[in-house]
Parts: sequence; structure tokens; C-alpha cells
Amino acid sequence: MDITEVPTNQHGKCKKKKKAKNKSDSKEGSGEGSGVEKMEDSVAASSFPPTFSVSEIKNKQRRHLMFMKLKQEKRKQKLQLKKKKKKERKALGDKAPPKEVPKTIENQRVYDETTVNPEDEEVAFDEGTDEFSAYFNGLTNPKVLITTSDRPRGRTVKFCEQLATVIPNAHVYYRRGLALKKIIPQCIARNFTYLMVINQDRQLANGMVLCHLPDGPTAHFKMSSVRLRKEMKRRGKDPTEHSPEVILNNFTTRLGHTIGRLFAALFPQDPQFIGRQVATFHNQRDFIFFRFHRYIFKNEKKVGIQEMGPRFTLKLRSLQKGTFDSKFGEYEWVLKRHEMDACRRKFQL
Amino acid sequence: MGDQSRICSVWLGSETGILKGVSVSRKQAFNFCNTSHLSRDQEVRGLCWGDPAESELLVGCVDGTVKTFSVEKGVFTDCRRYGEPADGCFTGLATVDGSTLVTCAESGTLRVWREDSTEPVTEINAGKNVCRMRQSPVHGNKVATGGKENGLKIWDLEKPEGPVFTAKNLRDDWLDLRRPHWVRDMAFIPDSDKVVTCTSYHQVHVFDPSTPQRRPVLEAEYGEYPLTALSLTADGSTVVVGNTHGQIALLDLRKGLVRGCLKGLAGGVRALQCHTSRPVVASCGLDRFLRIHSLEDRTLQHKVYLKSRLNCLLLSGRDLEDGAEAADGANQEVKEEEEEDEVWDAMEQVQEKGKQKRKTTTQEEEEEEEEEEEETQKKSKKKKKRKRPRDI
Repeated sequence: MDITEVPTNQHGKCKKKKKAKNKSDSKEGSGEGSGVEKMEDSVAASSFPPTFSVSEIKNKQRRHLMFMKLKQEKRKQKLQLKKKKKKERKALGDKAPPKEVPKTIENQRVYDETTVNPEDEEVAFDEGTDEFSAYFNGLTNPKVLITTSDRPRGRTVKFCEQLATVIPNAHVYYRRGLALKKIIPQCIARNFTYLMVINQDRQLANGMVLCHLPDGPTAHFKMSSVRLRKEMKRRGKDPTEHSPEVILNNFTTRLGHTIGRLFAALFPQDPQFIGRQVATFHNQRDFIFFRFHRYIFKNEKKVGIQEMGPRFTLKLRSLQKGTFDSKFGEYEWVLKRHEMDACRRKFQL
Repeated sequence: MGDQSRICSVWLGSETGILKGVSVSRKQAFNFCNTSHLSRDQEVRGLCWGDPAESELLVGCVDGTVKTFSVEKGVFTDCRRYGEPADGCFTGLATVDGSTLVTCAESGTLRVWREDSTEPVTEINAGKNVCRMRQSPVHGNKVATGGKENGLKIWDLEKPEGPVFTAKNLRDDWLDLRRPHWVRDMAFIPDSDKVVTCTSYHQVHVFDPSTPQRRPVLEAEYGEYPLTALSLTADGSTVVVGNTHGQIALLDLRKGLVRGCLKGLAGGVRALQCHTSRPVVASCGLDRFLRIHSLEDRTLQHKVYLKSRLNCLLLSGRDLEDGAEAADGANQEVKEEEEEDEVWDAMEQVQEKGKQKRKTTTQEEEEEEEEEEEETQKKSKKKKKRKRPRDI
């Protein structure tokens, strides 16, 4: 019975001495019989480094105390290391080695072999003759039809109206429960180039189907973080009728190129710089962020921007070749979460 | 050009009109193009060997021309027009005895051409909307066609009046409604008369013309998306199917159960082919990659990025790893043996724990392992030494 009697101050005193800890823990944690074995073990194991960890203490409060102390110690050591490095750096002055670049997920991105090389002829030909070639050669002007899923509610309706002001030559139509496959031939007959369907779930817009019309690819996106104009801070006036400039950031792979062109073809080819409006599609880690700003140059180097217009985030779920046909269409790319999202540093767009 | 084309073991046709040859062992891809500038109406729709010795490739394009590509020289030697573009694209190309060419277009016109004349010798109408035509590997005269609302028909080219076998649609379903029917791809099962087809309604059917039953003998289903490509393994008991979502599955033909799935594809499968001697299957599709999977353990062995969407695929009969063997051959083997002898002598003897399953096999590995097996039994240690970087 005296084996279990250990005064509590002992823990506070000999926290550094691991061997002593071992013995005290073994005495507290296990019964009498095994206590003897553990003593022997600790003696026999003294030649190897003791593999004691804080998690072996059974008492929660003591364990918590020990863990806090461990963390504080680690933090102290880290600070000391930093101070030392800073001192060395100062001492060296100009000859100091350059600062190390911190690792970020974008830095560590796994090299994607489908990244487009600008001088590649085959890819250039492929892009030059794909479904968007009519737009990029200046033969067609974009005309967008925006609609929603059936029976849309307040937020989605407002979002569609705001989108229609942002995209020039866009028309909003109420979806009266019509099938998309029947709408598409009629749109083609009326010279529409895009069909955009905003899907709604529980009064929130959560999906977008973007179909390029004559025979073009259909992209299905998951939409999140939708903010309407009234929720924008320091908003300013509503957008004017001028065509905005378009910025597409960071679409590097072949799939990214296709999606980038899909977005670019929504807007007319000649932006009106008088309007000073710009729409940005920024791709980061496979999420596409849409922002709409008005800018003004204060002098040659300073620009002031004011965000107006809706903002939303998209994530590509599938890209289908041909117009909308989810049953029999052929998919060029499908998001397979368990295969593609397994690696944190690999991105598709 | 000639030496590039001679080492290629996989040939692919793309939508941009470029014929691509891939040497799997060297991990290199080569483009072969007919004209200096590319155009979309040269899109490759059909590929087949020009002769049984596999020295010539026949490439069928969208505008109705068939080009001959010589593997030895590495250039396109001939280009002839075998049909009008109004007929639709080629859905099947086949050669009989190396001199006659059988072509089938989407409108259903099946034509047999001889080398000398520009008019077809025989012309058969196989119905409308034909999706695929395939030739039987055993009887060169038998071809099978199938399409949308156009059931499987087996034709004998010497009797062009009517099909030898017409398949009947499935029985009406439980609501007494007619079942829709869309055959996408078919294959002849070796050692028997049977034909296996896959449909856009995610069904796989096996038909037996020797029995009086015209309905499918075996019915199997996989997935929820249209099955676009089909290939039989060399032994004929398993079939590999691919669908528009990029899911490839192995189905057992005895009971119709799914044996396993091959992962990796992100886009729709356009063509699949199993190798004749080795248990590998090559797949290509809309995501612009050629993938080679091993059939035994369903792992990905090779993945090659080819920059255009791929339409058709052809595996050459010789081994995939042949290129490196022929090129380096004896030198490498001798050098490696010497290295290994030193290594083995230096190491201590360890008892073999048991047979280890080999994940990736190469010809060189197999040969050397056979030699080593007689000498020592250190397979486990050997595997760690032998690990060559595989690109996945």
C-alpha cells in the first residue's frame, strides 16, 4: 500500500526527470505486482532513451498540467531559436542568407502535366477550332439567357436580376417548369449563345449550369457564398450599361483553359473602358471567385476600387461535351471526390 | 520518323486529326500527321490494322477518306476516298485478308471495297443510326453492326441479302412498355459463336446465334450511365466496359457480376482494348489521357498525357515492353547480373517468408527473377532494390 502513497509535490519538482516520472507513474497507474516489473523494466531500459509520453498519465488534471508545461517549454525554445536567428542575421548584415520562403499549399502544388505551354501548337490548334472559336474569331456576339430552377424564391430572383445587370445583353426569364432540353432548341433559334441556370435549394442559390449554345460544352458548378448588392459594404452606385473588362486569373491547366474561355465568352469582346468596370474570375485551389468592381486611377500608380455587384464562389463539378444532356451526354471531366480530392496539393483547374 | 514509329506499341487517333503513337516502355509519345496544317474534318474515327503482320495502319477520317500509314517508314503512304461525308462518320473499319476493306458509316451503309476499284464490290444496308461495326477475329467474313434503335445484326459478307442473325429486343417491362434499345459497342467471344454487346442503357447483353433464342442469353447491368466502350480479355471470360463518366468495370460473363472497377479516368471512355497476351487494358477518352491498367490487381500502370481528345485506340500485338528490350537488350542484363551478384554476396542469408504478390511486372523483372529464383530466395529484399520509378 505504501507504493501508491506519493506526495503530490513530487510531480511539480521532478518534472524533468523522466526516469523518476516513470517510476511514480508505474506506481500510481498499475497494481503492486506489475510495479516491480516496471521498476525492472525501467532499469533495464535505461540504456535506451525512455519512451515516456504525457498521454500515459492516467489522472486528467495532472496530465493536462504536464501537457501545458510541455507546450510552454516548446514555445520558449522556439522563441529562443528565433531570437538567435535574428541576432545572427543582424550580425551578418548584408551577407545574411536570404529569408526562407514559407511553404503554402499553392507553393507545394503538385506539378500537373496538363498545364498548357503557350507555345504548344497542338493545344493552340485544339483551342483555335473548338466550340468557342466562333466567339473568339469575332463572328458571334454573346447573348445570355438567365433562368432558375422551378419556382424560385426571393434571394435567387434578386441574384438573377443583379447578374443580368452585370452581364451585358442578358435576359432573365421565368422558368415555368420547362425541360431544359426543350428550351435549348428554342434558344438556338433565337440566337442565344449561353444558357445559364441558377439552381436553388432552400431559398439559397447553390448551383449553376452554364451551357454554351450552338453545340458547346455544358459546365455544372457548385455555387456558394452568394452575396447580393445590398450586403456589400461601401457599395456605391449600380453598374452602368457599359461592357466590363474581364480578368481571368490562374487558369493554367487544359481544363482550366476551357473553363476560362467559357467565362470569357459570356462578355462582349470589346470592353468599354469609359465605364471603368471590371469583372474578375479568380481561380485559386479549384475555387473560382467572381467579383465585380469599379476602378478609378488616382494617378499613374494608384488605383481606387469599389466593389459593386454580386459576388459568388464556384466550384466545377462536371464538364460535359455537347449541350445539356445529363443522361446520355459524354462527360469531358467529372469531379470524383474520393480520387481527386485525396491529395491536398493537387488541383485540376 | 521510321524508327519512331517502329517502337510504338499503342496507336491512337485524336479529334484534331493527328495519329499518335506511344511507346510505353520509353514513355514517349509521337505525333504523325498527314498534312502540314491540321483541320477538324480530318478527325480520326476508325483505326485498324491493314494486314495481319501489323505493318500498316488504316486511319478513317470524318470526311470519308481512309489513309494508310506505314509503320516501318513512319509516313502516310496512301489516301483514298471511301464514302461521302453525307453518309456520316466511319463507325467501323476492318480488313479481310489484307486486301479488301470493309467500311461502315453512320447512315448504315456497309461497303466492301477491293484495292483496285473505286466502286464497292458489295453494299449492304444495315439500318439507320449504326453506332459500331466490328469484325469477327476468327471468321474474317462475319461482321456485326448495332446502333440506336437498331439491334445487333450479324452479316456474312458473302451473302449480302440479309443478316445471318438479327437480335430481338428485350421483353416489354412490367408496365408493358417497349424497352428502348441502343447498342454502342460489341465484341465476338473467342471459341464460340457468341457476341457480347453494351448499350447506352447501362446493359451488357450476350447473344448466341447458334441457339434459336434471338433474345439475349445473358443480361448484366453496370452503373447509371451509358456504356460506350467494350473489350474482351484474351481468355474470353471477362469483359471490360467503360461509360461516359469515366468508370471502367470488369464484368464476369459467366454470371454477369461486377468483378471490379478500374479507377483514374476523369472523362468519358471512347475506346478500350485488352492486350492479346498480357493482362493489361488500355483506355482512352475525352480527358486526353492514355491509361494502361493491369487486369489482375486493377492498378494503373502507365498514364500518358496526349494533348487532344482521343477517339480510337489500337494496341500492337507485340509486348508493350518490347521497345526497351530490343534496344538495350543483352548489355543491360549482363550489367545488372554483375551488380546483383556483388549485392547478394555481401548480404546475409534470410529465409523466405512466403510468396509475395507482385504488383507491377516488367519483362526484365520477370526474366531476372526467374534466374534468381534458382540461386537465392530473397524475393522481398530484391523487390526493394528493383523499384523503378513508375510515373503515375
